[in-house]
Amino acid sequence: MEALIASAIAVLGGCGIYLVLRERTFTVILGLALLAIATNLFLLSMGRVAPGHAPVIEEGIELSAYVDPLPQAVVLTAIVIGFAMMAFVVVLSISAHFVTGTDHIDGGEHTQ
Amino acid sequence: MAVLLIVLLPFIGVLLAVASGRLGRRAAAVAAAGPTLVAFALLMSLAPSVLAGEVLVLSRPWVPALGLTFGLRVDGLGFLFALLILGIGLLVIQYAYFYMSRGDPLWRFFSYLMLFMGAMLGVVLSENVLLMALFWEVTSLSSFLLIGYLSDRSAARRGARMALTITGLGGFCLFAGLVILGQIVGSYELTDILASGELIVGHDWYLPMLILVLIGAFTKSAQFPFHFWLPNAMTAPTPVSAYLHSATMVKAGVFLLARLHPALSGGDAWFYLVGGVGMATMFFAAYVAFFRHDLKALLAYSTISHLGLITALFGFGTAGAAVVGIFHIMNHAAFKASLFMTAGIIDHQTGTRDIRILGNLRRAMPYTMVLALLGSAAMAGIPFLNGFLSKELFLKETLTAPMMAGTPWLLPTVATVGAIFSMAYSVRLVHGVFFEPGQGKMPKEGHDPSAGMLLPVAILVAICVVVGVAPQWTAAPLLAAAAQSVVVGELPAYSLTLWHGFTMELLMSAIAIGGGIFVYTQRARLYDLAHRIWPGLTGGAVFEKTVELVVGAGARLTATLENGSLQRYLVLLLVMALAAGALPFIQYGFSSGPQELTPTNPVAIAVWALLVVAALATVLTHRNRITAIICLSVVGLLISIVFVYLSAPDLALTQLSVEVVTILLLLLALFVLPKTAPRESSRLRKGRDIAVAALGGLGMGAISWAVMTRPQDSISDFFLEHATYPVGGGTNVVNVILVDFRGFDTFGEVAVLVLAAFGIYTMLRYANHTFVEGVPDTADDRYPVVLVSASRPLLALILLMSIFIFLRGHYLPGGGFIGGLVASVALIMQYLASGIDWANERMRLNFRVVAVIGFLIAMVAGSVAFVMDLPFLTMALLGMDVPLVGESDFVMTLLFDLGIGLAVVGSTMTILSELSHMQEVEPYDEAQRAKESDPWKP
Repeated sequence: MEALIASAIAVLGGCGIYLVLRERTFTVILGLALLAIATNLFLLSMGRVAPGHAPVIEEGIELSAYVDPLPQAVVLTAIVIGFAMMAFVVVLSISAHFVTGTDHIDGGEHTQ
Repeated sequence: MAVLLIVLLPFIGVLLAVASGRLGRRAAAVAAAGPTLVAFALLMSLAPSVLAGEVLVLSRPWVPALGLTFGLRVDGLGFLFALLILGIGLLVIQYAYFYMSRGDPLWRFFSYLMLFMGAMLGVVLSENVLLMALFWEVTSLSSFLLIGYLSDRSAARRGARMALTITGLGGFCLFAGLVILGQIVGSYELTDILASGELIVGHDWYLPMLILVLIGAFTKSAQFPFHFWLPNAMTAPTPVSAYLHSATMVKAGVFLLARLHPALSGGDAWFYLVGGVGMATMFFAAYVAFFRHDLKALLAYSTISHLGLITALFGFGTAGAAVVGIFHIMNHAAFKASLFMTAGIIDHQTGTRDIRILGNLRRAMPYTMVLALLGSAAMAGIPFLNGFLSKELFLKETLTAPMMAGTPWLLPTVATVGAIFSMAYSVRLVHGVFFEPGQGKMPKEGHDPSAGMLLPVAILVAICVVVGVAPQWTAAPLLAAAAQSVVVGELPAYSLTLWHGFTMELLMSAIAIGGGIFVYTQRARLYDLAHRIWPGLTGGAVFEKTVELVVGAGARLTATLENGSLQRYLVLLLVMALAAGALPFIQYGFSSGPQELTPTNPVAIAVWALLVVAALATVLTHRNRITAIICLSVVGLLISIVFVYLSAPDLALTQLSVEVVTILLLLLALFVLPKTAPRESSRLRKGRDIAVAALGGLGMGAISWAVMTRPQDSISDFFLEHATYPVGGGTNVVNVILVDFRGFDTFGEVAVLVLAAFGIYTMLRYANHTFVEGVPDTADDRYPVVLVSASRPLLALILLMSIFIFLRGHYLPGGGFIGGLVASVALIMQYLASGIDWANERMRLNFRVVAVIGFLIAMVAGSVAFVMDLPFLTMALLGMDVPLVGESDFVMTLLFDLGIGLAVVGSTMTILSELSHMQEVEPYDEAQRAKESDPWKP
């Protein structure tokens, strides 16, 4: 199972990085979305794999049986922040498009 | 307490001066003079105890971990300097009021001046050396503002930059030196440092520390080879030159030498560095001063020369020489400030400072002439004036300086030749301006200025005369008190009298006076000679060249790295990140851990395969953006399934709702942005990017694998243990962490969300819509009946669901974040189904206000703890019972969570509705819309 998760992180992260390196703003945003998902999964994996042990406390279960709740709390806020930042860059790219007339990430077609 | 006030009052003066901005010149002058006067009076109240030899220390902890205390200290030396700063400060304020031109906004000038005064007092009254370094920096900064005060002149800007660069760099060196000093002693308090002289001088780090500290002192006191900033700083208004560049700031360097004299002096390094630099500067600058034609430049070089003299005295390292050094600090401050002010008067009244043009002013400006004559005589060291006393004592010290046994004639000779030039330029100052006929016409016919402008000069000159005639009744007690803080043990014998008999130093004085007059008579020949063989290499030119080279190199580096392509920066950033991430792999290798693996199952493999396919499909289809968004949404949904499997139900819920909103957001963006992307990457670039991406992805995967296969040692047991009553009071540990243990994080993150919403709102409201591509409205069925009719009842159901999720959050998966997102989805659905206008018509809510209210509720919920005297966001409030609802901590967390939920709803809705506005559709027609969208209406 660990191998599946690690490889999924690798695939998502790699796809994200590739898209982030493309030249159009929208594609970069897609890449950021994938990269954010990969990062969230990566962070969560720091709490190890423990199916069926959600950190909701019930009577009569030893504390050590629960999965680590801390990465979950971190990832939860990361998801929300990720959304806020995503919305911000989307609007930023729209504004840039208004100003420059292009959606090239360098603000011009032939900068490079 | 008085000490604290003395240092704080000038800063209050800054505020007063700024506040007096509209009230005119007089108010600004009062705002500056008032606090100065009070501080002066307070200082005087300390005089009896300080003159009796007491050391007043006030210390408050500030950053104990760094050894930084807010410690102030008044001893004799500090008292003397504070007296100079406040006393001359008062005179300068009076002088500036008359000097500065009518049209000048004086409040700005005085606020800078008071800032400088406060910083300077801080330097001389600090007990903690780190605090002193801090104030030292402020003196550099405020003097930058003052030198560049006439900011429309390029020379002023250049002079200010030069001064800041040199003194600022010196300040860094000083700071480094003081940190080393503190490490050697083990304390940053002056009391401890001054008591550990032997330990410091014997330490291995003594020399580097000494050099760093000395660079600080030498840059500030304009010692060779850092002297050139001072003549360039003469672009400052003359009151500034009189204050900073004669009496106070340039004295900070020699103050430092005096202050650390008990701890650092002794040893060959001190003698050769300080004494050598001081003597060289004294001689060299006196020589240069004679050849300057600008009054202020002459005085600037003269100041450098006198500072060199003082530096040399401290450099001799003997107690007697140090006492003379302090005496000369006092004397020099008095006569040089008066001379700068005189130069300012001449400039102000005649419109020029060029000695060659100025001439024959003795009739037009008799009072000015008398004051200039006395001031110059003090500078030259003529008997019956204060300069004579300290200069003669200096000449005597050169005769007995230690470590010069091999060449006993060297120092006295250099000193005497320097004194000859000192005499020569003093004569020139008076004769060339007041007696000799000028060559050329002065811009204005000069006459004596008003009494108000002459008064400060007269006071300073009077001090020069009184101290010169009767030193033992005037300066002696102050000198004794100040000297006591510089000398270890008993004060050496010194005699402050005019007549010591026929001594060697009297002969040297006589040679200096006679020689000076002789040199002056030969001036025409000397100028001619200097004109022909003056070296082209000056400190200022070297500095400018260096700056040019550094700036050029910087520009070239920037041009190479930063070519304007964000794409390129991103690649560089990622490559750097890869390199940083690769380092541990290279260093420690890569290996799997010993942890037993979790068994896998067919469902997991299927989800994994789908996930991989969807991610790759997103990449492959990214040119067709709608398809790519669909693929991306598949990834997001699968990830929420993965979260469920990984025992993270809260995450799954959050991911699910965020996914919905994100996809909507991306679709909305496509109203404006192009729907497809062109093919443009070259094969080479694609290859490079694939390599970077592959390495990055593999790195992430490898690290997570390495972590997951190793046993866990987490701090989370604490959260698990304390989540339930009585600390956390919930059973859903993730939610308890969010709203209680790590509540501040959550609070900050909600703030980011709200800020993002407002940023988006501003960007879109003020955007220029010229380039909106828009979507041609080709849909046959714009508001599908099924969607519309389903969305109405669903609204109520989903909102109910969101409240349910919100309420159970503390005990079961759910909470404010998720509840808020779900509510947003419910509202957004109405926009989707029936159109923006229809929805806005029925939902007259300003979502920005909702977001702010939510944020404020969260803040209030967190602040309630203050009432109980507990830190912000402490939720468990002693388990109070609130009627009808239950435990108070539960109420507080619920309130906090409610705030978060509202902020999430408000922000999300603001973002999405603003984006929807981009889609310009035909004007809203209620009747038409009703027919189209409401199947139940006839």
